[in-house]
Amino acid sequence: MSESTNQDQASKGEVHLVHLYPRQMSIYGDLGNTRAMAARLRWHGYTPVVHDHHPGAQWPEQAHLVLGGGGQDSGQVRVQEDLDAQADRLRELANDGVPMLMICGMYQLMGKAFITVEGKRLPGLGILDVTTQGNATRMIGPVVLETEFGTVVGYENHSGSTVLGEGQAAFGKVLHGNGNNPEDGDEGARTNNVIGSYLHGPILPANPALADSLLEIAAIRATGSWLPNEIDDSIATQAHQRQVTRLTDR
Amino acid sequence: MDLLTQVRTSAAIAVGKAARTASRLRGGGSALPGLVTEKVDPRILAHTLGELAHGVVVVSGTNGKTTTTKMLVAVLRAHGLSVFTNPTGSNFTRGVISSMLGEVGLSGRLKADVAVVELDEAHSLKFAQVVKPTHSLLLNVARDQLDRFAEIDHTAQLLASLAEQTHGSVVLNADDAFIARIADVVQPGVGIEWFAVDPEIADQLPAIQEDDVRFSDPADAPTLGPAAGLLHPHDAKSFTIRYPGGSNVGPLELRQRGLAAMINSTAATTMARVLLDERFVPATAQMALERVNPPFGRGEVIDAGGCPLELVLVKNPAGFTVALGTYGNEPVASMVAINDNYADGRDVSWLYDVSFESLRSRGVALTSGVRAYDMALRLQYDDVQVDRVEPDLDEALDSFLAAHQGEPTRIFCTYTAMMHLRRRLSTKFDLARFGEDPENE
Ligand SMILES: [Zn+2]
Repeated sequence: MSESTNQDQASKGEVHLVHLYPRQMSIYGDLGNTRAMAARLRWHGYTPVVHDHHPGAQWPEQAHLVLGGGGQDSGQVRVQEDLDAQADRLRELANDGVPMLMICGMYQLMGKAFITVEGKRLPGLGILDVTTQGNATRMIGPVVLETEFGTVVGYENHSGSTVLGEGQAAFGKVLHGNGNNPEDGDEGARTNNVIGSYLHGPILPANPALADSLLEIAAIRATGSWLPNEIDDSIATQAHQRQVTRLTDR
Repeated sequence: MDLLTQVRTSAAIAVGKAARTASRLRGGGSALPGLVTEKVDPRILAHTLGELAHGVVVVSGTNGKTTTTKMLVAVLRAHGLSVFTNPTGSNFTRGVISSMLGEVGLSGRLKADVAVVELDEAHSLKFAQVVKPTHSLLLNVARDQLDRFAEIDHTAQLLASLAEQTHGSVVLNADDAFIARIADVVQPGVGIEWFAVDPEIADQLPAIQEDDVRFSDPADAPTLGPAAGLLHPHDAKSFTIRYPGGSNVGPLELRQRGLAAMINSTAATTMARVLLDERFVPATAQMALERVNPPFGRGEVIDAGGCPLELVLVKNPAGFTVALGTYGNEPVASMVAINDNYADGRDVSWLYDVSFESLRSRGVALTSGVRAYDMALRLQYDDVQVDRVEPDLDEALDSFLAAHQGEPTRIFCTYTAMMHLRRRLSTKFDLARFGEDPENE
């Protein structure tokens, strides 16, 4: 993990990260996901280029990985117009296999629709076949999932209940916590390389295997190959495993 | 009060006093006496507090309530007022009633000129449903206790409702956009006064405020009148509170360190000025502020075997950022203890909203607590060297102090970690009066 040695070697190439609406949509430390990805790219010998995309700004020329987080209601209102403007582009990128990680509020906006407590239907981007129903009660607490990336730990804090459309894959199975809603036992959704999830924590530092899986796809898109370095993740592994053991007896 | 009301109030107080005696005999202060009193007379607070000559002041906001309340009470008392206040953390109407029972006769008459109560956002609203405050002092809105309030928007809304129910004056923080907007909702005829940081150091503010919802247009910022209190720091310790239309308070130094404490004293002094009007004496206010001891866990310095140990409570990104800004210039051996019990906030995501770069030069000796490894991981991502991770707090404290004998030390800790460490420290160093405030004797 020593950065100085990496800097001595030639970079393995630039990888461009786009963080959607960091001011409005990165509550509960979701900004930590972007920081973690930039740091891990450096540790792996790549050069991260982070684009903070603000409402109304021009879309960056390259995007190998797109990240988005949760927000206040007021924040969601303020990004809506720009999100509409970027909708076609985001759908294209998703279809093309660009990895995306969308947490909480941005996960909901990636879905087909959000139905408010009053019954009003707000259309989403439709990249993920999920529908979210606004609720009076919040689902709050630590979460453990079983996913194809291994166990994933995080923290949920949402009032929307999300239901997967027929044939829509979940991101993981809930071992502890609520997930999409209190009934299904599903958490998040995944289509191509787009992952939507309610997990803050933030999710990427706490789950390095997930982080590197996304980076692998991004690096291959950016440079044609994935040549990771050996990273000392022992602290992250301890933090992760302690939560798993504490919450699920595993 | 009419006769029937009087009878019910007296009955309620009698029952409460009996419960208070009983619970004291069992050896514990509790909210129970307040609870039974409230059962017999749900409007007890309205009856007793509603008749005070100088009214009822509610102090609320996410950060700095306890400090600000202490300062305001001290300034008012120094001016000769008799002040009723609630003990720190008794954030419920019941807690307020329980503390009142000791000071009230069966008639329900409270021997005080004014009440100053510290309440968190949700409880301040519950309180206002019973007692309409004459004055509200609103400090800030930050991410804290998210498990309870869920969203900043919601928290801001709670404080706006409190302001709407205030019928005398509100004192607002001009530098916090959430608080400043509350000026739009106060009732006609209700006074609005501001406190703010002098533009000279305003560039330090972004770091200690919420980043995401600032004034989009500077034209929206409030206009500060001649009675606004402006914090003008001279150096890390000394500052003046400027009143463009009146006499300044200071230069003065507080016993508590940091910019946040200076801002709190500006808030408290501005509210005292509103309450006392022409009776306000700048020199009296200054003397009172200089004597206020830091509340429990806020910049508290402990004599740990001849060396100063600073215990710094951290509970949200704004608070931790301010703490790091305050102490960053004087790096000493440091430990960080993070628990995730209910009182700490169960989500540790917020650690990623704090920048720890200022710890990089000296590193962190130890991380501890239930989430010791998560804290170490957070520091790893900011390139801060961590020498050791030890989740067990006792083990961590002992080895931390042993490794740094004869030098000053500092521990940043969440609430329950602090409670645990204080107990251990008071046994270890035989600090009999540790945690007690001589001023409250
Ligand atoms: Zn959320």
